[in-house]
Amino acid sequence: MKQWLTDLWEGFYTVLVGMKITWRHLFVKKVTLHYPEEKWQLPPKSRMRLFMAYEDCIGCGQCARACPVQCIYIKAEKRDPKAPAIFAANGQGIKLDVHVFDIDMSLCCYCNLCTYPCPTDCIYMTPEYEFATDDLNQHLYRFAKKDAKFLTVNPKPPAPKPAAPAAAPPAGAPPAPPSPQAPPAPQTPPAPATGA
Amino acid sequence: MDLLSSLLGGVLAGQPAWLLALVAALICATLLVTFMALGPIAYVYAETKLAGFFQDRIGPKRVGPHGLLQTIADAVKLMFKEAIFPAAADKFLFVLAPCLVVVGAFLGFVVIPFGTRLQTADLNIGLFYVVAVSSLSTVGIIMAGWASNNKYALFGAMRSAAQIVSYEIPAVFSMLVIVMIVGSLSLQDVVNAQHGGIGYWFLFRYFPLNLIAFLVFFTASLAECNRAPFDIPEAESELVAGFHTEYSGFFFAMFFMAEYTEMFIVSAVASVLFLGGYLAPHPMLQTVGGLGLGPLWLFLKAFTLIFIMMWLRWTLPRLRVDQLMHVAWKVLLPISMTLAVVVGGLVLVPATRWGFGLWDRTWAWVVAIGIVAYLIVGMFRAIQWSRTRNRVMATS
Repeated sequence: MKQWLTDLWEGFYTVLVGMKITWRHLFVKKVTLHYPEEKWQLPPKSRMRLFMAYEDCIGCGQCARACPVQCIYIKAEKRDPKAPAIFAANGQGIKLDVHVFDIDMSLCCYCNLCTYPCPTDCIYMTPEYEFATDDLNQHLYRFAKKDAKFLTVNPKPPAPKPAAPAAAPPAGAPPAPPSPQAPPAPQTPPAPATGA
Repeated sequence: MDLLSSLLGGVLAGQPAWLLALVAALICATLLVTFMALGPIAYVYAETKLAGFFQDRIGPKRVGPHGLLQTIADAVKLMFKEAIFPAAADKFLFVLAPCLVVVGAFLGFVVIPFGTRLQTADLNIGLFYVVAVSSLSTVGIIMAGWASNNKYALFGAMRSAAQIVSYEIPAVFSMLVIVMIVGSLSLQDVVNAQHGGIGYWFLFRYFPLNLIAFLVFFTASLAECNRAPFDIPEAESELVAGFHTEYSGFFFAMFFMAEYTEMFIVSAVASVLFLGGYLAPHPMLQTVGGLGLGPLWLFLKAFTLIFIMMWLRWTLPRLRVDQLMHVAWKVLLPISMTLAVVVGGLVLVPATRWGFGLWDRTWAWVVAIGIVAYLIVGMFRAIQWSRTRNRVMATS
């Protein structure tokens, strides 16, 4: 009988405790986020869509070697030595003509390993995460293509030009084979001492 | 109904009495069916919204302002959906079952007194009638489980039958407590015996005996409505959806409607029995400017109880079958039987003998004010607490 009463009281009391907790939750601030209108503030080093600043790529292929899932495809050939010299943003000379630089984001595992070996810091993760499509091919980003739209959405502001003057080639010398004549004229005339 | 009859008496003067009665009955039935059909829209909205609030979400939001049209959209969707009949189902019983469940829930409305004269029929066996017709839905549920020809549906139906039959006993015993005090089964008489404000409500009579009776009745009626934590007949994690596994479209909507209607009926009966029905907590609040507020008070009390049902649903986990039977037979039944005996003895003693009148009225105010104050304090503490909580909310 005593046990029965203890159990009864305990059952009743614990129900009240539970009700107290839920009553409080009725009034606490709600955590719901109206997604398309409101978004989470992403932490500063969030790893999302990869971006490659084509102008700065020297075609060394270290990112492709670092990639654990082999989602970066690079094809590069030696640049015509007679062509005007071009430089990456950090002053490194671009000796190779990168005519294929594809990243398959549907394979990417967002490990960020490709960005560390890059000597010119031209490949990096962006806080851009809304790129779902109904076509898997849309996730094959051809950064070396001239009409590639995503090249226009560089999320990083253009870095201040370092000491060495740099000339960016126009976004793409696409699948253009390394032609004997000079590549399409750069927007800014190259005026490095070492170049000419 | 008698109010309606007297109103119609003027319009249909000179007509035979049976015509008058028929017209009055039809109008009453139409009103109640409308209430029953549209009520669940409000209850489901409240349920989804409250479920959200209890879980720190905001619930439906997109369809209409604050998601108000969400349940209407759901209802429309259910109505236009195809009713699928399982190949091996007993078609006749399969269709009959939801109808029976709805009828069982609907018949309870007949005796609910919404006001002094706002009652479809003041049966002199009102309480007995409510108990009887609410058992009708058990038949419908078993029928649904059987006709579906689905093992989960049958399991759910059998569980439901066992549960409702078991829990009806403590519920009826705690009703008996009130019936003994009033000396009548008519719901109108029950309300009339509670005149005089909150101190005279049966909830606080013979404090705390009737309070315990109320808790027993409320718990048992939760089980009778198949509401959580007693919702094992439709336990999603064990049986797919219980007895309505095979139902779709409007037949499913009928089960849904019946469940919510039964919730309202049970809450209304509980508020009539224990909370003074359509009487205000203070006689001064009964009428405002000569306008009777009876139905308003009844709805307020019934919806408060429905709110507590939803509150419990999002608080407590589901019981196991054996625990369920344990609660019914080893806990609620002894308590309610003891109460019936003790209160039955106390009824024989004149109320003034042991000063029960003053005792009741004092405790009534203490308990009522205490609960409300506690809830309000809890509310403010919750708001304060959520302000201090460190949560990275987005801005973009």
